[in-house]
Amino acid sequence: MKTLSLTPNNALWLSASQASLRKLDPRAQLRNPVMFVVWIGAVFVSVLWLRDLFGDGDALWSGQIALWLWFTVLFANFSESLAEGRGKARADSLRSAKGETEAKKVQRDGKRIERVSSRSLRAGDIVLVEAGDNIPGDGEVIEGIATVNEAAVTGESAPVLRESGGDRSSVTGGTKVVSDWIKVRITANPGESFLDRMIGLVEGAARQKTPNELALSVLLTGLTLIFLMVAVTLPFFAHYSGGKLPVTALIALLVTLIPTTIGGLLSAIGIAGMDRLVRANVIAKSGRAVEAAGDVDVLLLDKTGTITYGNRMAEAFLPAPGVDEVELTRVSWLSSLSDGTAEGRSIVELAKRRLGDLGSDAQRVTKSVEFTAQTRLSGADLDDGTELRKGAVQAVITYAFGSDESHVPPAFRKAVERIAESGGTPLAVAVKQGGETRLLGAIHLKDVVKPGIRARFAELRAMGIRTVMITGDNPLTAASIAAEAGVDDFLAEATPERKLELIRKEQQGGRMVAMCGDGTNDAPALAQADVGVAMNDGTPAAKEAANLVDLDSDPTKLIQVVEIGKQLLISRGSLTTFSIANDIAKYFAILPALFVSLYPQLAPLDVMRLHSPQSAILSAIIFNALIIVALIPLALRGVRYAALSASALLRRNLLIYGLGGIVVPFVGIKLIDVLVSAVGLA
Amino acid sequence: MHGHDLFRFLLFVALLLALAPPLGAWLTRVFEGRARGLGGVETGLYRAAGIDPAREQTWATYARSLLAFNGVGLVLLFALLMLQGVLPLNPQHLPGLSWHLAFNTAASFITNTNWQSYGGESTLSYLSQMAGLCVQNFTSAATGFAVAVALIRGITRRETRSLGNFWADMTRVTLYVLLPLSLLLAVFLVWQGVPQNFDSYVSATTLDGGTQTIAHGPAASQIAIKQLGTNGGGFFNANAAHPYENPTPLSNLVQVLSILLLPAALVFAFGRMVGDRRQGYPLLAAMLLLFVVGFGIVYAIESHPNPLLASLPLDHHAGNLEGKEARFGVFDSALWATATTAASNGSVNAMHDSFLPLGALVPLVNMMLGEIVFGGVGAGLYGMLLYVLLTVFIAGLMVGRTPEYLGKKIEAREVRLLVLAMLSMPLCILVFGAAAIVVPQSLSGLQDAGPHGLTELLYAYTSAAANNGSAFAGFTANLPYTNTMLGLAMLIGRYAYILPLLAVAGSLASKRAAPVSAGTFPTHAPLFVGLLIGVILIIGGLTFFPVLVLGPVAEHFAMLAGTTW
Repeated sequence: MKTLSLTPNNALWLSASQASLRKLDPRAQLRNPVMFVVWIGAVFVSVLWLRDLFGDGDALWSGQIALWLWFTVLFANFSESLAEGRGKARADSLRSAKGETEAKKVQRDGKRIERVSSRSLRAGDIVLVEAGDNIPGDGEVIEGIATVNEAAVTGESAPVLRESGGDRSSVTGGTKVVSDWIKVRITANPGESFLDRMIGLVEGAARQKTPNELALSVLLTGLTLIFLMVAVTLPFFAHYSGGKLPVTALIALLVTLIPTTIGGLLSAIGIAGMDRLVRANVIAKSGRAVEAAGDVDVLLLDKTGTITYGNRMAEAFLPAPGVDEVELTRVSWLSSLSDGTAEGRSIVELAKRRLGDLGSDAQRVTKSVEFTAQTRLSGADLDDGTELRKGAVQAVITYAFGSDESHVPPAFRKAVERIAESGGTPLAVAVKQGGETRLLGAIHLKDVVKPGIRARFAELRAMGIRTVMITGDNPLTAASIAAEAGVDDFLAEATPERKLELIRKEQQGGRMVAMCGDGTNDAPALAQADVGVAMNDGTPAAKEAANLVDLDSDPTKLIQVVEIGKQLLISRGSLTTFSIANDIAKYFAILPALFVSLYPQLAPLDVMRLHSPQSAILSAIIFNALIIVALIPLALRGVRYAALSASALLRRNLLIYGLGGIVVPFVGIKLIDVLVSAVGLA
Repeated sequence: MHGHDLFRFLLFVALLLALAPPLGAWLTRVFEGRARGLGGVETGLYRAAGIDPAREQTWATYARSLLAFNGVGLVLLFALLMLQGVLPLNPQHLPGLSWHLAFNTAASFITNTNWQSYGGESTLSYLSQMAGLCVQNFTSAATGFAVAVALIRGITRRETRSLGNFWADMTRVTLYVLLPLSLLLAVFLVWQGVPQNFDSYVSATTLDGGTQTIAHGPAASQIAIKQLGTNGGGFFNANAAHPYENPTPLSNLVQVLSILLLPAALVFAFGRMVGDRRQGYPLLAAMLLLFVVGFGIVYAIESHPNPLLASLPLDHHAGNLEGKEARFGVFDSALWATATTAASNGSVNAMHDSFLPLGALVPLVNMMLGEIVFGGVGAGLYGMLLYVLLTVFIAGLMVGRTPEYLGKKIEAREVRLLVLAMLSMPLCILVFGAAAIVVPQSLSGLQDAGPHGLTELLYAYTSAAANNGSAFAGFTANLPYTNTMLGLAMLIGRYAYILPLLAVAGSLASKRAAPVSAGTFPTHAPLFVGLLIGVILIIGGLTFFPVLVLGPVAEHFAMLAGTTW
């Protein structure tokens, strides 16, 4: 006997198939009026099939129609179940991390500890979490300091510090305290944690439709009503025309005309969109935020971490007059060898790039001098007593010349000023050898803009999204980095208040604003923004105010969130267009078949030259069911998204889904008809 | 196409496109309350009616005012028609109308349908014509304008609940647009030979000794507004085929031009009022395209003789002349038929019943689409805007933003209302039509059997629901059942459409407007025209495809196969 291997994918398919059967329950179908009409049609035709079976009707034909009508409902159910399954797989892995754990609940007296189940914890309860314990729920650290491994939610294995007060007080349920202890005030009731909310977003039955999805359902229901009028009144007109229309054929006409393709896939598209967000490790607190992300006009991006790497890097060596650049480079390198900071490492890197192999000089270093806040210098001493120093310009000048600054070459001063003006940070380098001190020159440290970010911003601009860089830097520095990164605007010397003010101003102009933030003082701005993404390592206040939480605490995610939002909307629009455009071909398949008995002269209307009226109607119904299956991958994956202007996007999608929607069913129905008639099914 | 016919068609389109923009500019001034010249009269009217024109109304108040005004109009007209026998200005001593005919006619005229279940000269007194129908010709047209303007305001205004003042809008558009233009046109028509008098009918002995009654009356004044206000109810039963109603080639050209003039001008006014004239062009382009194609089909079909007669030894070069006024021929009849159903005019200068099946299909489809090809005064624009909003909603998502039109988001509330408005046409045409085709009394009014009979009945209900008023002929409507149902269809077709749209206007007005960016769905690009036409044809048109197949399409193929009924 062949054994069936249950790989995760197979398991997913199996459970989705089972779920699609369960969803045949009419109460589940009522949620979706379009598919409910198909469901009723399927019941009707099944009864007619029974009548045919025991009567003298064409039971083979009505049986097949009934079967495909049931398949239509099942396929739609399957698409939803599959999307749910994929979303839940991720949520389940998170949930299992959370699981039910034992919590040490601190009693009201503040001393006694009671051991309770994590599920019984309510907002406001205080728990003690010690090294080795899982944190039982989302909350805020109110006492103590500890390192926490958050790998369960972020996938990042390096433990992070969590302490009371300040911006690092937030903890997530399911993460684990590695060292020390903390007291946590639980902020979420059971079923209301971020994780629970996320699970809710990917579960079909519990899911709240997002605003646009709701609007679209209204339209689809309206179209269904209109086509219902078409189908119900048709027998009257046929009666006048001297004939009767078979009820099975009428139901087939109705089902093919109502927007079953989009009606069947709408829910899956929505769930898949949320799932893509979850895969990007972002939790949405409501589906609304994801749609809003697609509409964003202005992105407020923090400079550090999003636009620049956040630490300064050596960009150039600028020798003082009469100093060889090679000497400056070599000294800078030697003095930075033992400097473990990012700046120090970048100096070593740059020197290596400039000079290639620097030989064995490194072995001459006998002592390294650490940077202190007092000296603001660091460097190294060589075996011959030579002192190499680098540091803040003023500190190095004092080190080299004391209070007598007349020895400082004007050209050096100019160079330093130019660095500062360009938004960089100058470091000075000096060497003391045998009682003589020489100022060798300056190192230009620069806030390095991430590669590719400029192109990204250009893309966003093409999509009509303005980027605004938020930085605490002075306007001069900010302007320089803004120009280099290619953002449209910047807010220098930013404070939470100024951020909030900026958001309000943009919103008054009718624009939708997205931002990310982590501190408690970001909370008002996060709440004000249309799309607010809080970093998971941010404060509970920030996370509460935001409508999205990024588990990776990566501010760049904001751009990705916008793209996910847009892709969701595009998928929905494209499939709606496709679905509606399909109707033309279906009319041309079914109407001639339906009316040919009334007016045989109508034969020329059968432009597809289908085999027989029975095969025409059957083929249209089969196409109608199969197209749902064929489009499931597209619904789950989302329509391919490219950063293009609205006009270009429209042109492309209209060509594929509009024109395609008109042509594809003509070809598809004809092919199915050839097959069906060849096999002799109709 | 004959060379001179092509020239005449291009001349017609050129004249329309030359006159519409300046008139659009004037309409804009009127709607924005900047039109002066009759200020004294205007303020006098406001004072007399106790209206403060500066007092803005919410959509609900605006709608209530509209309903109250039209409701009173309905009751007064109904009473007038029932009582005309005892009222003055009735030289022919015509009796009062039956209740159902009075209801049908009253509903017909307040809804700008102007369907004629009555026969003008043989049923109505001069008082009924002038104080009843003619007054409603003005007010129903002004009502259409008011709704369109309220909708435009809804789109352009931001974060407000007010849509303007219904009474002020009605007064201004009547005073500054409808009255002066009608006066101008009436004088022109009198010059062309249309009667304008209160004489009794003249009895004449014809050459072969028969007696002919020649009707008279205050025709010119009523015909002017009948065309300009896209009303279409003829003074005489034969409507614009009657030599007194449409005496010369010039009167024919000017009348058919005046059918489309105000609806076309309103599109230009729309562009101006939303502050971006480019936004009006795709609407105009879609209208023009549908119009040109529609006319092309009617002209092409009617240029050929009926294939069943083609073998007869006749001169066929003039095309299918059955039911056409010999003075006008194929070109003028085709142009008029297309224009009168594109707009919700409904006047005719040929019998559509006698068109070849596909020739008759075009006027029918024009109406089924909701008369958005220029359309009725005001009604054409708000009908087209319904499709625009729908198009934006369906296709707007494809650019990755939630749908918005001119900065206003289209959300569940708007969609619900749009769908509600969309339901009225299939309800009145399909459901009422299906009922009519099984009710014996209604069927007794049918002249022809087979698919042509279905077309006749379908045409009547379509004409009523779309507030067109043109008659296909061949279907006797003056029966209690049919009069009542057609009257209902007119009322539903008008108010079940207007009310949701006013609510949409109110809802849009209260929203913030998003600024335009590269990410905004482009509603001024040529691509949008194609998209809009696609949605109009698929959503608006396909609904009626099955019945059309059983009607004119079946008749067409049967005719080709030589089958008649």
